[in-house]
Amino acid sequence: MSNLIDDDPRIIEFDVRTDEMLVNMGPQHPSTHGVLRLVLRTDGEIVSETEPHIGYLHRCAEKIGENVTPRQWIPYTDRLDYLAAMNMNLGWALTVEKLMRHGVGEKARHLRVLIAELNRIASHLVGMGAYGLDLGTFSPFLYAFREREKILDLFEEACGARLTYSYLTVGGATADLPPGWLQKCEAFLDQFEPIIKEYHALLTTNAIFVKRTAGVGVLSREMAIDYGCSGPVLRGSGVDQDMRRDGESLYTGMYDGYTFEVAVQKDGRYPRDHTYPSVPKEAVLGDCWHRFFVRMLEVVQSMDLVRQSIDRYAACREPLGEPLKLAEKLPVGDAYLETEAPKGQMGFYIVGNGTPIPWRVRARSSSFSNLSVTHELCRGCLIADVPAIVGSLDIVMGEIDR
Amino acid sequence: MADFLIGLGLPGWLAWSIAALVAAVLLLNVIAGGALVFIWAERKIAARIQDRLGPTRTGGRFGWLQSLADGIKLLAKEDLMPEGADGLLFRLAPYVSFCASFCAFIALPFAFDVVGQRLNVGVFFVVAVLGLEVFGVILAGYASASKWSLFGAMREAAQVVSYEVPLGMCVVVPVMLAGTMDLVTIAEKQSGWMSNWYLFHDPFTFVIFWVYVTCAVASVNRAPFDLAEAESELVAGFHTEYSGLRWSFFFMAEYGSMFLVSALAAVLFLGGWNGPVPIAQLVGLSEGTGDSAGYFVRLLGLANLIGKATFGVLLMMWVRWTLPRLRIDQVMTTCLKYCTPIAAVMFAGAMFWQLFLPGGLLPGWSRPAGEIREGWLEGPGGLSATSAPAAVRSAGVAAAESSDSSGLAKRSPR
Repeated sequence: MSNLIDDDPRIIEFDVRTDEMLVNMGPQHPSTHGVLRLVLRTDGEIVSETEPHIGYLHRCAEKIGENVTPRQWIPYTDRLDYLAAMNMNLGWALTVEKLMRHGVGEKARHLRVLIAELNRIASHLVGMGAYGLDLGTFSPFLYAFREREKILDLFEEACGARLTYSYLTVGGATADLPPGWLQKCEAFLDQFEPIIKEYHALLTTNAIFVKRTAGVGVLSREMAIDYGCSGPVLRGSGVDQDMRRDGESLYTGMYDGYTFEVAVQKDGRYPRDHTYPSVPKEAVLGDCWHRFFVRMLEVVQSMDLVRQSIDRYAACREPLGEPLKLAEKLPVGDAYLETEAPKGQMGFYIVGNGTPIPWRVRARSSSFSNLSVTHELCRGCLIADVPAIVGSLDIVMGEIDR
Repeated sequence: MADFLIGLGLPGWLAWSIAALVAAVLLLNVIAGGALVFIWAERKIAARIQDRLGPTRTGGRFGWLQSLADGIKLLAKEDLMPEGADGLLFRLAPYVSFCASFCAFIALPFAFDVVGQRLNVGVFFVVAVLGLEVFGVILAGYASASKWSLFGAMREAAQVVSYEVPLGMCVVVPVMLAGTMDLVTIAEKQSGWMSNWYLFHDPFTFVIFWVYVTCAVASVNRAPFDLAEAESELVAGFHTEYSGLRWSFFFMAEYGSMFLVSALAAVLFLGGWNGPVPIAQLVGLSEGTGDSAGYFVRLLGLANLIGKATFGVLLMMWVRWTLPRLRIDQVMTTCLKYCTPIAAVMFAGAMFWQLFLPGGLLPGWSRPAGEIREGWLEGPGGLSATSAPAAVRSAGVAAAESSDSSGLAKRSPR
């Protein structure tokens, strides 16, 4: 054979060795959710290595926390996961309360559940819509934002802000809900419930969507635990863990009396499977589709929790109570608490030294751990899968870089 | 028009040049004006699909001047070129794309005899020239000195070249039924009632029409096949580095191609300029006369064709704003594993149908191709004989034009 090539002058031997190419996806890229920079090593369309580079949004939030009082740091927690600012407020407030051994009243407890779960819906709506955007469909994004706007309207009425609320604070909330708010919230839920079907039609059960997500970026149960993933990413891999049920009693006590089922696949089926689209045959536990679907289930779960909390909150007759003073002296000691934010476990750490200003403040964000699996999931996938995988992790850069 | 100018005393070469220039300007305006309208329509449709309003203010109401305002903005934009770009190719690429899209319009008939240049290989010409558009995209990707552009160009090359195969096979079926590659004749043979459209000719053509739709969407790079400019993966694909007017040439080429493949679908499968109901013929008008009645009929036909093509474009917009994007391997799978075999089988099926059942399952209802012009007016309950001669005459013209290649259709066993 080689003789033939050597002898025939018409046959030119091509050097078909292909070079690998380094491509920067981000930090100015439409689908990297802010300022994430992914360095891809590609061979044609195939990605052999992905390396996330972070730090473009670092604002020294934790260091600032060591120079202001805990209540003054609340606005900074807004800017961690800015899509779920209420949950960030709550996590920090609970941590400080744990350090100060300060409890809140029944009414504040139910208010917190209400607000936190409503924000969870808003956060998952963004995650869902942006995921559609990552896969190249634009309309679900706007459908999701249309409903999120209504939640933001509710929040605006409660606290005056639409994104960075600083509403739930140490010792309760900054203000009680205005009159008539609960009715508006219920009206929103009634209006929102049938719309979820639209999302399922456009995304969850869409043939192309399933083709793009099912079996893509499979995160095994072991790997998810090894990398410290949490939230829907962890539950999408079939790990039955939710801090609202499995967390510290200080946090789970907030959900005392509430009934909810953790959205995780058990024995091949999801809770309340029958009312939702069935899992497509191609989907593997831990792939992008499951992560997405867990989020969709949690929207419904949160709606249910909001409804429960509305009833309980309305039943409380006592006043909400005042939050702690702006500059309350912190006891000597430390406290760490993890809460279930929409993106996963959000942990705050505080060390007090007897002054109103904490000696140490740290945050443990779920997006950071979730992002760390990217290089495992993206190995050997196509370029088009990279946004699909990173989008399914639903990261927020504000939380990663802090 | 050239004849008219020669009649005025102009020399032949000048008359023909002027006529060609006028025709070219007219066609260019069809594309440019069409693109303006379609861009505006896309914005409004996308907005309505997404619960938005879209442009509302420019031009008074409905934002109907929005595309023009955008055009002016694009004109005023800085013309950027990346440092490492290949200057000549970078500048050339948009024009290659646009010219390919524009040239294909030359052979596209808008109504009976309203055609830039009637070619006896019209179908071939349109498909071939449209295929040239890919060169502009590859040039753009190559010359931009950007990795994202290169990715887009590679995808475009792989995708468009692959989809040419099933697309060509789909296009061949109406050619076979009509027995000619002349687009005017093909459309003319589908005149009469809607049942004469090649879409309803037999089950195979019905299926192959949808294969054509899929391949046409893919070959003009519209969602869900818009991989070359996949904005969530490749920033903007092949036109990442383009700005201002050069970018808008790509844009116009895209909309021109969308209109072109839709119009081609209308001519090949949906009866061309023949409406679902032959209104003109029913009221006794015919295009063969050349008098004002003929002009009216052509105008009607023009409206018909543009209406059908617009419908196709709107369909593509609807799909675009609904579906997610496919991945490159899935796009290729769709082409090689589904579209090509289906098109091949349907092609063979249509061939055998044409051979064994040229009269259709219901003779008299779906008539054999090639006998429509001669026969449909004299059928039971047919119309007066006044319009018949004209109809027969134009059919005679059509038959004469295609006498060399229309053997299969004419040679029916009956």
